[in-house]
Amino acid sequence: MITRMNHVSVFVLNQDSAYEFYVNKLGFKVHTDAPMGPGMRWITVCPPEQPDLEISLMSIDEGMMFKGEAAKQMRDLVAKGTFGFGVFECNDLMATYEEMKSKGIVFKKPPTKEFYGYEALFVDDSGNWFSLGQRK
Amino acid sequence: MKKYTEEYPKFYLYKRIVQTKLFIDSHYSSKIDLNDIADEALFSKFHFIRLFKSIYAKTPHQYLTKVRLDKAQELLQQNLSVTDVCFEVGFESLSSFTGLFKRMIKTSPSVYQKQFQERQRKIKEAPLQFVPNCWAENKGWKK
Repeated sequence: MITRMNHVSVFVLNQDSAYEFYVNKLGFKVHTDAPMGPGMRWITVCPPEQPDLEISLMSIDEGMMFKGEAAKQMRDLVAKGTFGFGVFECNDLMATYEEMKSKGIVFKKPPTKEFYGYEALFVDDSGNWFSLGQRK
Repeated sequence: MKKYTEEYPKFYLYKRIVQTKLFIDSHYSSKIDLNDIADEALFSKFHFIRLFKSIYAKTPHQYLTKVRLDKAQELLQQNLSVTDVCFEVGFESLSSFTGLFKRMIKTSPSVYQKQFQERQRKIKEAPLQFVPNCWAENKGWKK
């Protein structure tokens, strides 16, 4: 039976810029950074307290995964902020929000009380949005 | 919908505590006097430690130690010597640094560095072994 998830993918517009965002701004740790040939890179990062959850910063390239116009369409969708790839949590949302704002991270929604606790929404450097929550 | 400032009790204190945390993040290599930080933030030392711990689940001293050890791991990954790393991150004694590193990271700094270098060598030699097959195939990396 399925026991856990160990990889999840986030589509990004530029892996160097995504590295800067996830590692240097969000404080995630680099799990694997493997050059796969000219212009190709496999890079996974993990939240500081989840070293076994690899978040792959996946480039959007025309090829086997995205054929023809699909790569451009996907890049446009990502840049428009279409996708929300997941929910992060923190010990203290207000402090985390203040720190992230001071680092220039954009929020679509400030910390707001919900029935399950507090939630904010932030955007990564590509346009993907994430929920950030603090449970009650 | 109420503004978050009305929902969070004493939200005005958060900015001050966050600033002290960011100060520790950028001045970890210096000799930091946590009393001075508490004074700068306009808190009594007791109040400062209590508030800091309520937000970060660590006392300021524990947090400073964590930042130093995190940075030490990064510098060891960059092949600096253990001695250089020790003083670069703000420790004053090599034996204290090595002992603390081993206690918190569960391996000595030199073994940590060797293990990291060995992993990097394997990634360079056979990168596909570190990529789930489904993605390697979708990306066209598997011939």
